[in-house]
Amino acid sequence: MVAIETEALTKDYDLGFWRRRPYRALDALTMTIEEGEVFGFLGPNGAGKSTTLKLLMGLIFPTSGTARILGRPVGDLEMRRRIGFLPENPSFYDHLTAEELLEYFAGLSGLRGEARRRRVAESLDEVGIGGERRMTLRSFSKGMIQRVGVAQALVAEPRVVFFDEPMSGLDPLGRRDLRQLMLRLRDRGCTVFFSSHILSDAEALCSQVGIVVQGRLMASGRLADMVAFELRGWELVVANVSDAAKEKLHGRVAMTALANQRYTLELPAGDAPDRLIQSLAAEGVDIVSMNPIRTTLEDYFVSMVNAATPRDLDGMPRS
Amino acid sequence: MRAIALVALAVYRESVRDRVPLTIAGFGVLLVCASYLISQLTAGQDLKIIKDLGLAALNILGLFIAVFIGIGLVAKEVDRRSIYTLLSKPVTREQFLAGKYLGLVMTLGVNLGAMCLTFYAVLFYQDLATPAGIRATWPAPAMDPRLMIAVVLIFGELMLVTAIALFFSSFSSPLLSMLLTLGLWIAGHFNTDLRQFEQVVDSAAAAFIARGAYYLLPNLAPFNVKAEVVHAVPVAASHVVLTLSYAAVYIAAVLLAAMAVFRKRDFK
Repeated sequence: MVAIETEALTKDYDLGFWRRRPYRALDALTMTIEEGEVFGFLGPNGAGKSTTLKLLMGLIFPTSGTARILGRPVGDLEMRRRIGFLPENPSFYDHLTAEELLEYFAGLSGLRGEARRRRVAESLDEVGIGGERRMTLRSFSKGMIQRVGVAQALVAEPRVVFFDEPMSGLDPLGRRDLRQLMLRLRDRGCTVFFSSHILSDAEALCSQVGIVVQGRLMASGRLADMVAFELRGWELVVANVSDAAKEKLHGRVAMTALANQRYTLELPAGDAPDRLIQSLAAEGVDIVSMNPIRTTLEDYFVSMVNAATPRDLDGMPRS
Repeated sequence: MRAIALVALAVYRESVRDRVPLTIAGFGVLLVCASYLISQLTAGQDLKIIKDLGLAALNILGLFIAVFIGIGLVAKEVDRRSIYTLLSKPVTREQFLAGKYLGLVMTLGVNLGAMCLTFYAVLFYQDLATPAGIRATWPAPAMDPRLMIAVVLIFGELMLVTAIALFFSSFSSPLLSMLLTLGLWIAGHFNTDLRQFEQVVDSAAAAFIARGAYYLLPNLAPFNVKAEVVHAVPVAASHVVLTLSYAAVYIAAVLLAAMAVFRKRDFK
């Protein structure tokens, strides 16, 4: 079944006070996401990611086009019982506790009595909020608020969850926990739609990605179909490089100085690294690490951003 | 209805934990201080002044709560973007506004109730501390239950002001909402003058505009029966019923207008 589908979804904003002029934040977005996918919606700042999420949540209204979630229009209340949403940099009510907030939202989603209490406890457990759940939210750090935000999105056991920049405000442990949570959601059959500009997260988590630049969807599909992950070369980190060794390397490989007398050496894919390693060892150079350089999502992302046509001065994309 | 009740309960919880206890404490201290001071400064008028001051304080502090929390109810949610999460739940925008309004009315009710108890406690103390001979000269007893007529009408007025604050905050900034709401509150207390405007101007157009404004602006003067109850002048039951009915109709109209505006609003 299709989880999310949009058809020529477009959003224009009016800018200016006296002389109103349109600014196209999203331009004819058409995409289909099947249930059970982890979909990464990627793009640079101001690309239209949050606009898309706001349109899907019914927070703003499209200038034209349509969007459906689980086969129903975005304003449908029955559909909203089956989705969860974490906005970017979420903010809640200072004087409610985490537990009260989740009870409130679970109640709005139709949960009652014991089922509501159980889901509140499970959701807070799932994001690692323990004894703090009975503290008011104004005493929470940004990272803890983000965790509460994730918990409220999951409290009604949604079939589709939308996360807008979910890693923002999280420390490395929090990011790891959230990545694992997203994979657990996928394993339960839940569709995860998340926007991000952190490409390593998308690469690690997504089965599908969409890349949006200046309001336009530049590419969408399976990650494996977009990025070939082909070998482009090798990167060696070396130490204890004598002047004689530097002389020998000069012109053969790209060499960049790092801290603590270390250097990176980049070899093209055609050159086998073993001969270089042998000759370096003979010069007394220490090999710290060696890694293949492959085409990454970042390379693909940058090529898409560069390929996007700039907006006209009136804020509308060039055709 | 369940969604409205849940939103209202959350507003009530948030508001009560936020401002109400401080307001009540401030009011209590103000009243107690005033009664002691005034009993020393005035001869024979102390009870009347306590009643006047108590009802006025109830009205003004209630107005502050209605305006300052009312304007923030929607605007603060939009500014802090907490509305994003809430409106992604199975709640219509109309339910959201209705819940916000009822939550604040509950807060106002509890606040007024607490202030009223403090008010009667001070009156009780005054009653105890006054010799029987002096008490016999009072036009109405200290713990006069008719004071509640003024309190009920103050509550009706504050419910109306809350609806106006919510209306403005559904589309404008908190500062502008506050100025417009307070402006309407002031205009509402002088609204009756607009009705007689045609007697003081020659221009038919000006008289027409004044009459239009009279019908459009809230008429808050009938809610003020403080002087009557303090001086033990009877207040007709029909006046109370008509004034509260007027409030109900006006509140319904203002909330429907707020919902119409809010229904189409983009939360950028």
